[in-house]
Parts: sequence; C-alpha cells; structure tokens
Amino acid sequence: MVFKRFVEIGRVAYVSFGPHAGKLVAIVDVIDQNRALVDGPCTGVKRQSMPFKCMQLTDYVIKVPHSARQKFVRRAWEKAGVSDKWSQSSWAKKIEARQKRAKMSDFDRYKVMKAKRMRNKIIKHEVKKLQKEAAKK
Amino acid sequence: MAEGDQKSAKKKHGSRNPVLVRGIGRYSRSAMYAQAMCTLHWLVKLKVKPKATVVKTVGGDKNGGTRVVKLRKMPRYYPTEDVPRKLKSHGKKPFSQHKRKLRATITQGTVLILLTGRHRGKRVVFLKQLSSGLLLVTGPLALNRVPLRRAHQKFVIATNTKIDISGMKIPKTLNDAYFKKKKLRRPRHQEGEIFDTEKEKYQLTEQRKEDQKAVDSQLLPLIKKVPQMKGYLRSSFCLSNGVYPHKLVF
Repeated sequence: MVFKRFVEIGRVAYVSFGPHAGKLVAIVDVIDQNRALVDGPCTGVKRQSMPFKCMQLTDYVIKVPHSARQKFVRRAWEKAGVSDKWSQSSWAKKIEARQKRAKMSDFDRYKVMKAKRMRNKIIKHEVKKLQKEAAKK
Repeated sequence: MAEGDQKSAKKKHGSRNPVLVRGIGRYSRSAMYAQAMCTLHWLVKLKVKPKATVVKTVGGDKNGGTRVVKLRKMPRYYPTEDVPRKLKSHGKKPFSQHKRKLRATITQGTVLILLTGRHRGKRVVFLKQLSSGLLLVTGPLALNRVPLRRAHQKFVIATNTKIDISGMKIPKTLNDAYFKKKKLRRPRHQEGEIFDTEKEKYQLTEQRKEDQKAVDSQLLPLIKKVPQMKGYLRSSFCLSNGVYPHKLVF
C-alpha cells in the first residue's frame, strides 16, 4: 500500500507547529478540506479546529464516534493507552533526545564527549581482538 | 570644644522631612524653616561653629607648601535668567565613579570561557568583580596555566556551570592596583633608542606565587568534589562542524 496512515475519525495526530506544538490530538470530525475538529483531553489541547497542515498522523487510532463529546474521547484515549504507547515509541524518544541535546550546557557537552570517547575505545578494542583472532585462523 | 566637635561630626544628616508619597513631605516649608531655626539656636548654644576653611598641601617648588581652601564657596551663578546654565561637564563622571554592572549570569564560582588574550578558549573560574569592573579570574593555575588574572566581562562567555565557592576567602590585597601593569618609563629626551623600554617582559614575583597558592589551595578541593570538573577546566573550548554558537546553550 502506498499510504498507511489515513485521516479518519479517531486518528491520533502529533501537532508539529503552532500554539500546541509537540502535543498529541485526536481527530474527532472533519470540517472541510483543510481543517479538522480536534480534541486532546489527556494532552491539554482544548477542542478546536486545526488545519491538517500542522498535524502529522501517528499509528494510533482510538475508537470514537464522530463529533463525540470530550468525555468520551478521553475515555477512549485512556482505554487505548495512547499516551503510554506514544512515550514508548521511537518517534517520541527521538523528539526527547533532540530536546535534551539542545538543552545541553557546555559542561554536559564535555561529559558526553568523554563518554563517547570511552565507549568507542571499548568497542574498537573488542573489534581489534576479534580481528586478531580471525587473522590467526 | 571637643564635645562640640563630636556633636558636629555626628550631625551629618539627610533630609529631616520624611516622605509620605513621592513629592509630598510630612512637614510644610514653614514647619521645616522653624525646625532649622531651632537646630541653629541649639547649635549656637553649644557654641559649635562649622568649619569654614581647610588647609591643603600643594606640590611644586617655591609655592608656599599649603593653600587655604574655602569649604563653602561663593555661588558660581546668580539667577538672572530663567534656567541656570549647567556646566559642560555636568553629569559626566570620571571612570573611577562609573557604575559597574555585572551580567546576571556571572556569579561567584561561575565557569567562564575566555575569548581573547593569550588564554583564549580556556575555561576558568570567576572569583569576584574588582572595583574597576574587570573580573578577577583564576585557572586554577595547576589545571590550565591561567594565573590569578583580570578578564573583561565583554570578552567572556558565562556558562551555566557553577562551583560553590561560598566558603572561600579571597585575600583583600587582590585589587586593581595589584594587577595594574607597571610603567617604567623615564625617557630622557633623545636617549639613544626611544622605543627600547627596559621592562617589556613580565616578571613573576614571589608575592604573586604566594597569592596564587593561597587561592588555589582553597579552590582545588572544591573542584575535586564535582565529578569531571577537573578535566573540564583542563580542556579548552572549540567550535567544530555543525556547531553554531547562536544555537548553543552555554
């Protein structure tokens, strides 16, 4: 299949820019070609219309009828455990790693450099050992 | 007379009119005048006469070594115009009286990155701001060969990293006069090589070594307490590919 994630009622989307950047929302209804009615009760996004452009679709869908009230969106969200699944996904982890890297202070950068160096040394050491053994044979 | 002098020495008073609201005092003009007259009578009773002149010494030959200087001079200006004219030097203070500012990010024990001078790129510990506004800074010497030195605030990056040096005692003798470059110029006109000054190289003195030791011996154990701080201060700062200073959080 060419496309795997579709805009549908209940599709969980990640807001990439705008006032709610970085939060997850569920698509509750489609308004017209460019906008959707969106709600994120568990992520602090009030029910509102949001353009599709600023949404990036995720793999998660919650079972919710169209135009469902916030109470039921919240119920379905918690039942599906979307927030937990999201925080364990590699997408969310990459975002977190990017944020941590941007917040690093000069001292942190030094510590990271030292840790990387040590790690690479150990790896190279092991590789050399294996190479030597392979060469002997 | 001695008692009277004591009283006059104590009487350096601010305004005796407490402020209720900005621009409004507690007492009216006439009440203040009455107060002033009372104190004047009181002082006259004590027979305290405020000093009118002061004798100051004056240099130079054949000058008669002293001058008598009036303490309360005659007014420079009598109002005939609406607005009294200000002197051209009004509000312009000499450097020694300038207000010294210090960036909020620079506090005691902050690690700074020097940007200019022979120690550029080195990470260094901030001790205190001197009266000229320059920052007193030390390597410590054992870690990165930066001695007790002055650094300019503008040519320094302040990092977030701080060492707790609240327990440290910095000798009071470390001030601007201590660090000022000594000028040894006594040029007798047309003396051979005019551009050959005798003391161009900096000479280390024993006092500097002692002060360095005194400060560093307190600082090094504090640094050793923080893991990896020693190596951090030994390394120097550099930019590499993909590293943009405007995007870095220091």
